[in-house]
Amino acid sequence: MNPASGLPRTVDEALLRLQERPDTVALAGCTDWMVRDRLARADAPPVIDLLAIEELHGIEEIATPPSEAKRPAGADADPTTPPPLLRIGATTTFGEIRVDRRVVEGYPILAEVASQIGSRQIQNRATLGGNLVNASPAGDSLPVLLALAAEVEIASPDGRRRIPYDAFHLGYRETALGPGELLTAVLLPPPPPHQAFRKVGTRAAVAISKVMVAMAAHSRQGRWSSMRIAAGSVAPVPMRLRAAEKVCEGAPIDVETATEAAEAAWGEVEPIDDVRSTARYRRWALSRVVRRLLLEM
Amino acid sequence: MKVHFILNGKAVEAEGRPTDRLLDVLRHVFHLTGAKEGCGEGECGACTVLLDGRTVLSCLVPLIQVDGRSVITVEGLAATEKGHAYLERFALKGGTQCGACTPGIVLSGAHLLQEHPHPSHREVAHALAGNICRCTGYQAIQRALSEEPEAVLDSTLLPAADAEREDGS
Ligand SMILES: Cc1cc2nc3c(=O)[nH]c(=O)nc-3n(C[C@H](O)[C@H](O)[C@H](O)COP(=O)(O)OP(=O)(O)OC[C@H]3O[C@@H](n4cnc5c(N)ncnc54)[C@H](O)[C@@H]3O)c2cc1C
Ligand code: FES
Ligand code: FES
Repeated sequence: MNPASGLPRTVDEALLRLQERPDTVALAGCTDWMVRDRLARADAPPVIDLLAIEELHGIEEIATPPSEAKRPAGADADPTTPPPLLRIGATTTFGEIRVDRRVVEGYPILAEVASQIGSRQIQNRATLGGNLVNASPAGDSLPVLLALAAEVEIASPDGRRRIPYDAFHLGYRETALGPGELLTAVLLPPPPPHQAFRKVGTRAAVAISKVMVAMAAHSRQGRWSSMRIAAGSVAPVPMRLRAAEKVCEGAPIDVETATEAAEAAWGEVEPIDDVRSTARYRRWALSRVVRRLLLEM
Repeated sequence: MKVHFILNGKAVEAEGRPTDRLLDVLRHVFHLTGAKEGCGEGECGACTVLLDGRTVLSCLVPLIQVDGRSVITVEGLAATEKGHAYLERFALKGGTQCGACTPGIVLSGAHLLQEHPHPSHREVAHALAGNICRCTGYQAIQRALSEEPEAVLDSTLLPAADAEREDGS
């Protein structure tokens, strides 16, 4: 507890506060909350500052529990030491993620997306946890987390649990986070060797995405394996392009596979028309981006 | 609530609601009107200040998150010899016209020069992507920043920020 302000300094203190006053708002970088929610209410809600809680912040490598040290098919087998996971604390900002050596080297698509979220001023404040909890269909980091098979860690008064990202984001601005719970971290499994990402927006910065595609895969003898392709802004939640993935699985790494996967992607999305773009454009852009990324990756 | 922070190198305190905007506190409590409200939504950059040495939008920073930190505004920059010279060169090179965007732009520029003493065209473009200027067309700003000889943030402004960060506060 901060003696001067009485504000929580640990996750447990924060959880207690949320239990005592369920209307308490947990503030992170405030780039969503100050814009969307602050003005919507005339009262001053009780708040806690997640940025003041040290254990929520920072990037570290942690050992994989032996039970989980399964590797995707195609990875080099080394049964002795399970590779570490990368743990990114919920209040780590995109500005910090963008320049972190372990992210830049191991998960370049996460570093890339971090550098494309809003402007520098936004990146200096916006947190990864805030992007997840905000659960916007256009949240840029989300398809990347889906492609990288990320897990999220949640703290509740009953303890901590870990769930895959796709079990976290349930619907339009809807997540598995219960009342009084906090998102504490994102965990990334060992980096897949092939990764690619593209955000199609309008302006270079401060653009709300029209379509995003993130993909990650392994390869063996010139063929794709463990392919994960995720698309954002084409459905209420980021979605795996399972038909396109299926086309790639075991298929040669070449133009034909890329073209066929792009056609499969075209058929499996139902995007919407809105002020930012039309369904037709989104579907066309998505298919083009899938093809291009498969050729680049 | 009462918050204590370092404003332009000096320890200050301010009383307010936890969710009051730093922008309003700077303008109405401290009468520092350099940071301006353009959009109030994080899009224009007119309210840019440095929080613990990094550029942030003061329209999106609640007072509670300023406690124990350091804030630098354009007034603080101008009060140092280095900063004043930087602002003069910036103006001479045509980096400012109506001036509405200038306090934000020069702080984004100062932060950039701190990290990259000789920024490329691309680095300048990235650093300024969140600062909208309707007058200059950015060319003169680009030139002014790429020709800056060295970092422009005076050490009397910065160590306070670094010391605060090491406290973990
Ligand atoms: C100008 C501008 C440009 C933007 N551009 C982009 C963009 O290009 N791409 C993009 O994806 N987003 C963009 N955003 C949206 C926003 O910056 C991101 O969604 C950001 O990641 C939100 O994080 P935050 O820390 O600011 O969240 P906050 O605003 O602090 O929090 C958002 C919500 O999540 C809750 N919350 C936050 N962290 C936790 C936690 N750990 N546990 C439980 N609850 C939590 C808060 O209570 C609040 O309800 C932009 C916003 C602005 C203003
Ligand atoms: S007023 Fe803060 S970004 Fe426009
Ligand atoms: S000088 Fe007028 S907006 Fe930039």
